[in-house]
Amino acid sequence: MYDVIIIGAGPAGVSASLYTKRANKKTLIIHNDNGGLKKAQKIENYYGFENGIEGEELYQIGIKQAENIGVEVKKEEIIKIESANEKFKVVTDLNIYEANSIIIAIGTKRNKANIKGIKELEGKGISYCAICDGFFYRNKNVSVIGSGNYALSETNDLLPIANKITILTNGEKAPEFRADNVEVITKPIEKIEGKNKVEEVLFKDNTKIKTEGIFIAQGTAGSIELAKKIGLVTTDNGNIKVNEKMETNIKGIYACGDCTGDILQVSKAVYEGAVAGLEVIKYLKNK
Amino acid sequence: MSVLTLGNENFKEEVLNSEKQVLVDFYADWCGPCKMMSPIIDEIAEELGENVKVGKINVDNNQELAIQYDVMSIPTIMIFNKGNIVKTFIGVTDKNEILGYLK
Repeated sequence: MYDVIIIGAGPAGVSASLYTKRANKKTLIIHNDNGGLKKAQKIENYYGFENGIEGEELYQIGIKQAENIGVEVKKEEIIKIESANEKFKVVTDLNIYEANSIIIAIGTKRNKANIKGIKELEGKGISYCAICDGFFYRNKNVSVIGSGNYALSETNDLLPIANKITILTNGEKAPEFRADNVEVITKPIEKIEGKNKVEEVLFKDNTKIKTEGIFIAQGTAGSIELAKKIGLVTTDNGNIKVNEKMETNIKGIYACGDCTGDILQVSKAVYEGAVAGLEVIKYLKNK
Repeated sequence: MSVLTLGNENFKEEVLNSEKQVLVDFYADWCGPCKMMSPIIDEIAEELGENVKVGKINVDNNQELAIQYDVMSIPTIMIFNKGNIVKTFIGVTDKNEILGYLK
């Protein structure tokens, strides 16, 4: 059991860990090694680097800094967070971890695959949570958009419920997954159509399939998918809603950095990470 | 005002025929996000007191209502006014956002 699990190893997550670890809290960072900072070329607007610094370099230094003071850092893919009695379970592709508090610093997906129709049909056949909404698709034909571990996890949750599941990889390589009622289509998607609810998926080659529900699970689980599954309030832009203490609507879960929206800057992430770290320390003390 | 338990048997009387606005929360016991929404609904009921009616519908026990109102994701929160849906929120929603539609 950890005192705190931090999801994400960018400037927000690492800053938070520096505070929690120094306060002697057993701290674990889990990250998928795919942060926004890592992809940033040169950071020239952050304090203290007279010639700027490569994003990748700053990212690696941050992780080392956390490890140097004893923070555990694991490279695994987050599938979901679950809560029960103010304790939390973090499920990854390899393990399940438990903690008394969670800091989400998972960043934002900068290249959200923007398929036409998703936004318009949200809640009308478009879902971000198989375990929550699968119930409404009993014995129906549904689709999962995605191709990675996360998409397979969603497919698994739907297997006992749905009649048939079609995995739509949207141009990505087909996953290794075989089940009787699962089909895989790798064609790129043009748009999702339907009047009042999801009816069809139109592919770029002008073919289409009928489907009654679509579960969004592209790439790895991002802030929006984690948030929807556990019940965090999100904003219209898909950011996690926090107050000035970086508290979410769920007691014991904090969020900081790019996943809370506003300016996508290292300075803001560092600040919010520090606040989240300090607030978690207070929270654990009062628990 | 306390939160009503709504279902097929009282939906018409309590929601459709209500003189007041009615906030309806579609939920299920096994739905994690619904558990996070529940205290927000309770707070709204407390804050607005007698001005608004607030009720919860368990979709497991009331599948006809869920189908009738096209509920395909929970929690779904609907505001009814004089028998018509005036606003639908899908997923856990901020209290103030909901209050904005009720005042």
